[in-house]
Amino acid sequence: MAQEEVKKAISGEYKLGFEIDIEQDTVPPGLNEDVIRFISAKKNEPEWMTNLRLKAYNIWKNMEEPHWAKVEYEPIDYQAISYFSAPKKPPSSLDEVDPKILEAYEKLGIPLEEQKALQGIAVDAVVDSVSVKTTFREELQKHGIIFCSISEAIRDYPELVQKYMFSVVPMNDNFFAALNSAVFTDGTFVYIPKGVRCPMELSTYFRINAINTGQFERTLIIADEGSYVSYNEGCSAPMRDENQLHAAVVELIALKDAEIKYSTIQNWYPGDETGKGGIYNFVTKRGLCEGENSKISWTQVETGSAITWKYPSCILKGDNSVGEFYSVAVTTLAQQADTGTKMIHLGKNTSSTIISKGISAMKGQNTYRGLVKIGANAKGARNYSECDSLLIGSECGAHTFPYLEDKNALGQIEHEATTTKISEEQLFYLRQRGINEEDAVSMIVHGFCKEVFSQLPMEYAVEARALLNLTLEGSVG
Amino acid sequence: MSKILEIKNLKAKIGNKEILKGLNLDLEEGKVHAIMGPNGAGKSTLSKAIVGHFDVEVTDGEILYKGKNIVDWEPEERALEGIFLSFQHPVEIPGVNNAYFLRTAVNAKRKHEGKEELNAAEFLRKMRSLANELGLKPELLNRSLNEGFSGGEKKRNEVLQMMMLEPNLVILDEIDSGLDIDALRAVSEGINKMKDGKRSFLVITHYSRILDYIKPDYIHVLKDGKIVKTAGAELVKELEEKGYSEFEEK
Repeated sequence: MAQEEVKKAISGEYKLGFEIDIEQDTVPPGLNEDVIRFISAKKNEPEWMTNLRLKAYNIWKNMEEPHWAKVEYEPIDYQAISYFSAPKKPPSSLDEVDPKILEAYEKLGIPLEEQKALQGIAVDAVVDSVSVKTTFREELQKHGIIFCSISEAIRDYPELVQKYMFSVVPMNDNFFAALNSAVFTDGTFVYIPKGVRCPMELSTYFRINAINTGQFERTLIIADEGSYVSYNEGCSAPMRDENQLHAAVVELIALKDAEIKYSTIQNWYPGDETGKGGIYNFVTKRGLCEGENSKISWTQVETGSAITWKYPSCILKGDNSVGEFYSVAVTTLAQQADTGTKMIHLGKNTSSTIISKGISAMKGQNTYRGLVKIGANAKGARNYSECDSLLIGSECGAHTFPYLEDKNALGQIEHEATTTKISEEQLFYLRQRGINEEDAVSMIVHGFCKEVFSQLPMEYAVEARALLNLTLEGSVG
Repeated sequence: MSKILEIKNLKAKIGNKEILKGLNLDLEEGKVHAIMGPNGAGKSTLSKAIVGHFDVEVTDGEILYKGKNIVDWEPEERALEGIFLSFQHPVEIPGVNNAYFLRTAVNAKRKHEGKEELNAAEFLRKMRSLANELGLKPELLNRSLNEGFSGGEKKRNEVLQMMMLEPNLVILDEIDSGLDIDALRAVSEGINKMKDGKRSFLVITHYSRILDYIKPDYIHVLKDGKIVKTAGAELVKELEEKGYSEFEEK
């Protein structure tokens, strides 16, 4: 530490100093308390939130970045990142967008107006989805459902946020969660009141706040007693994004008899054949089945990012609660994914299902890492796990690390794992029927993922299939 | 009589082993040709060579299909041009719906032929009616392709695909292996129905039983990588009595 800084630290000047002009729309790279105060001020946050962020920052400062996952990457310089920057000027028309991205949109069948929205291009008032959003909001309000940005929620629903934020993923949970707690810029908040069945799929596409919140996203979903909600995050289209490091946190809380279904399609930029330029995605997702008979179901289709570090988990606290994890993770090019789940059984007769499908092609490395823990009081707990890996080509890899901890002799755990190569006989069979090689591979891969895709809401499943084809295009032969 | 397939001096190996050693064979349009021969003679290698299976490397000679040498063609090109192989051991493909697969194949072929795709209703009607004729249980149409099918069900499913794809040259590799009498009858009735005077059949078999059901016009004896005798259907009797040892290389 430089002399000057030591002096500042001792005098307390550093802590209290507020040297960044709030009128600025960006802060210089680096992370300190000023930056956090700046972010909090920019968001018009109440003091309690500012203080929580500062607390998280001080926890994070003393934590070490974890390196137990089976992924390799250049060290991240956290002081070289700008933690608040106004989005760069979007392109003024699609002509200025990378033709490769447009080609992907074309293949995924994304309508023109939606393409523009994804690239941050202003859309004509007539076709803007504002009206859609308005109708949508009115419909939700009728049921008392709150669906807004997390910033709005912090201002407008402080009791709910104070009660539930950090209750499932504490700020000291892990390095990336602590970082997110300190610097999160935006995200989504959902509250479903008692006994309400949310009448539509909630998806980020309809979200009211800006699209460019991907870097340190924070999501909090609360399903009150007897309610139901299905939430879709992300989309298959590549989105404009200038930030390499992503560290999101998602917390779900299901009270008695409530059910939350959370689906994700993740397609961040994977980098080139050497992995250069791709997104690092370090995500903490966790759901708490707080009440009896509650249920949380995670479904994810992960095709993007250079590095994926992600373990959507369930804490099955309520008796008879149910946790599910359905995952398809694809790694191609030089992508590395270390993903899986944790199912923590605390309540009686809790049950969990894990279906994980890893697909590796080219130089992709795919790791499943999962923990099933059955606590001493979790009488009658059951788990079924199935982890299958599919290899395409000979340079890729698949790895499985299942961890089991059973403190209750009455628990019942079943685990199955397979690793298969796309068989030449299967490919040949399809080709002999006139189906070209690429379509044949896609057919076999889709067959492999079927159990997971069938969990996705229909439109989302269609998107996921198209995305999978696009991702694996050219990875054979 | 025009020839649908002319194989000239075909040499092919599997791994380092030469299996076909200068094989010559002509197939006539609209006729049923049977290839018979002892185990290890090269019967399956011949069928694999015709469809372009990855196991087989053609080292010399030509395979002329409708007058064109197809030795370097991709398997799907051969299929789209009308060559169909009923596999001896159809592979199981988990998660791939049988009907969906068949519809994809049918439409790929129609597209190749410049025809419109069959719509879902037309396709389903045709598939169900043919499956019914073959005695293929309807629920198998909605199962994963060949997964958990019995031997007989797999072969019925092969013949269903053949009937839907309407190929010009049908290769039946040991179609009767593992079939009971009922299945054999259903399968061969399906095949016989497809005889239209234009379509050609190559029936590859170790035993003569299938030839009681699918009447051949010609019999070829394959031994040690070559066709050693070609004759009419009457040769079956002779083979039954004397076996294959009679036929030495010329």
